Amino acid sequence: MDFDLSEEQRLLKESIDGLLTDSYDFEQRKKYMAEKGGWSKTVWLKLAEQGLLGLPFAEADGGFGGGGVETMIVMEALGKALVLEPYLATVVIGGGFLRHAGTDAQKAAHVPGIIDGSKTLAFAQLEKNSRYDLFDVTTTAKKKGDAYVIDGEKFVVLNGENADTLIVTARTKGDRRDKSGIGVFLVPAVAKGVSRKGYPTQDGLHAADITFTGVEVGPDAVLGNPEDSLALIERVVDEARVALCAEAVGLMDESLKTTVEYIKTRKQFGVAIGSFQSLQHRASDMFVATEQARSMSMFATMANDFEDAKERSNAIAAAKVQIGKSLKFVGQQSIQLHGGIGMTMEAKIGHYFKRLTMIENTFGDTDYHQRRVADAGGLI
Amino acid sequence: MDLAFTKEEQAFREEVRQFFRDNVPPDTRRKLVEGRHLSKDEMVTWWRILNKKGWGVSHWPKEYGGTGWTPVQHYIFNEELQAHPAPQPLAFGVSMVGPVIYTFGNEAQKKYYLPRIANVDDWWCQGFSEPGSGSDLASLKTKAERRGDKWIINGQKTWTTLAQHADMIFCLCRTDTNAKKQMGISFIVFSMKSKGVTVRPIQTIDGGREVNEVFFDDVEVPYENLIGEENKGWDYAKFLLGNERTGIARVGVSKERIRRIKDLASKVESAGKPIIQDPAFREKLAACEIELKALELTQLRVVADEGKHGKGKPNPASSVLKIKGSEIQQTTTELLMEVIGPFAAPYDVHGDDGSNEAMDWTAQIAPSYFNNRKVSIYGGSNEIQRNIIAKAVLGL
Repeated sequence: MDFDLSEEQRLLKESIDGLLTDSYDFEQRKKYMAEKGGWSKTVWLKLAEQGLLGLPFAEADGGFGGGGVETMIVMEALGKALVLEPYLATVVIGGGFLRHAGTDAQKAAHVPGIIDGSKTLAFAQLEKNSRYDLFDVTTTAKKKGDAYVIDGEKFVVLNGENADTLIVTARTKGDRRDKSGIGVFLVPAVAKGVSRKGYPTQDGLHAADITFTGVEVGPDAVLGNPEDSLALIERVVDEARVALCAEAVGLMDESLKTTVEYIKTRKQFGVAIGSFQSLQHRASDMFVATEQARSMSMFATMANDFEDAKERSNAIAAAKVQIGKSLKFVGQQSIQLHGGIGMTMEAKIGHYFKRLTMIENTFGDTDYHQRRVADAGGLI
Repeated sequence: MDLAFTKEEQAFREEVRQFFRDNVPPDTRRKLVEGRHLSKDEMVTWWRILNKKGWGVSHWPKEYGGTGWTPVQHYIFNEELQAHPAPQPLAFGVSMVGPVIYTFGNEAQKKYYLPRIANVDDWWCQGFSEPGSGSDLASLKTKAERRGDKWIINGQKTWTTLAQHADMIFCLCRTDTNAKKQMGISFIVFSMKSKGVTVRPIQTIDGGREVNEVFFDDVEVPYENLIGEENKGWDYAKFLLGNERTGIARVGVSKERIRRIKDLASKVESAGKPIIQDPAFREKLAACEIELKALELTQLRVVADEGKHGKGKPNPASSVLKIKGSEIQQTTTELLMEVIGPFAAPYDVHGDDGSNEAMDWTAQIAPSYFNNRKVSIYGGSNEIQRNIIAKAVLGL
């Protein structure tokens, strides 16, 4: 049992923290947000230069063979700096599908573009009524000779507005909530019949609602088994959940730090408001919530390697619950302790709060995952 | 980073578990499972079994009878002990006064007291809190005056746990009334059988008798019963309270209780089926298990950190253990209450000696809920813990 980082991991942490300290303060972030697409291509290429976009890929595919801990380190750092760039959508999720199910040809077609920063991906999964159930799919992929024809609507596709390639879940057979009959397809964003309506999200990222109308893709578009890929989807989404947990820990660390600094300097009644016990206790509770979240983020990172898929999913669901509860408390109290200034767009704390809030509702909220853990019979 | 225990650690867990299976008297275990009080004899019998095995004072330095285990081994031992369950070693002797004596005591004191603590030849109790000195412990007034080769002690202690069993007390006494309040305190040990010591029970809201008031009326104590230096008692008290950082989370106790909740909830019916099948109840239980998992991981982080980097600088996460550990213990007793619902009501009186063996065991559930409100109060209330985090961790 060991919770320390290895020497290489420590260097990785230093390198990404260093990069973001230099190029991602709150003022710079505002500039990136105003760029075309809502994030900075320059920063993205810097991440590529440091090898961070190739981190989780196998060395044979041109990557660095990083594991869960490496992704945790990167996601925490990205959270701390409130990074806008589509690392989760492209490297964690897009890369995840390619790593777990991509053929050699599919990897050769997509992985180099991810690693060198020239291409980004997006995961088109959410539907109007699916909410958090990954198997609730009405988008169809009908076989037509060797090809598939995709029809349906997907919503709030993170990075969907800018992505070069979409990874789409679609039903090849069965009814809306059947667990089998679901496939995963690589669809070029510019394919005929793809219509995207992009928009900024509450937390400053970008997403799109996407309509697929008679979109025809070849057999090379199929990731895994077109008739039975729910386990693959669950596997990759679990990895995304773990990454979100780590991002949230980075966000909470920075929120707590910023808030504690603020109450040490803000004076009322002639003294720093941090000298008041009610505020001290609140800050202490924020610390407790953050540490509990960090513990579960580490747990989820390690659980991702559990061999038993049920045990893995249960552990990651539990982590998402803890993170959801902690982030809500830390986010809300960060605003409360900042007082009026916390309500302004101008102060950075509100932006942390908003990103934290959106994380809770991504890939299953607290109630959803708590129910999953309960249905699985708990953890003990 | 690696969550797995090593092969050696797993083998150690098995060894410990097997020892408990073979050696904890079954009736002692049953009483703990059912939330019953143990008699002094039952506890002492078990501690002597443990001491004979060489595990009575496992965390002491080897030269005084400790095991030399790694922090991870201690963690495993404690978890298995709490989960079996078996009585925990008497903290007042083993975790509190023992370490103070081997760290600050003289050779004669070490030689006399340490083996007696290990074998529970003396039952120790703690003389810290006073009626006017709870969280503000340093304001304590119990006075020890030097008279020749003796101390004359006058004053009152309170919340003295199991003082009715005690042979010895370690006591914080004011020895310099002119010094700043933390500076004039000394750490003195003496026999509870001394003339002038009176123990009066305090009945707690659960009906039990765990705590007492202890009065000192011109109690004569040999001067050599002073531990360490005169007027340095506050330092020793701080050392003592900071000594047991990880045991306080009581993860094993809460785990054992959750197993009991599940067992009971699969038998007790609500709306015509076992209450464990009620979604609202199940989710509450899951929420508690998740909190406990997070706490277990936080504790493992602290333990692994101590194993690797020594105990010198406490991991900031250790401050979480008391707060969360106590909250979760309380939640588990709340859930038990919820399971038995209206059958929590019948109140059964305790025996004259404070025992509760004659009661139906479900009658223990409400008292256990009431009793567990103490865990967020003792050992530095959770509010004091928050003060500590604010000051020591956040720099407020």
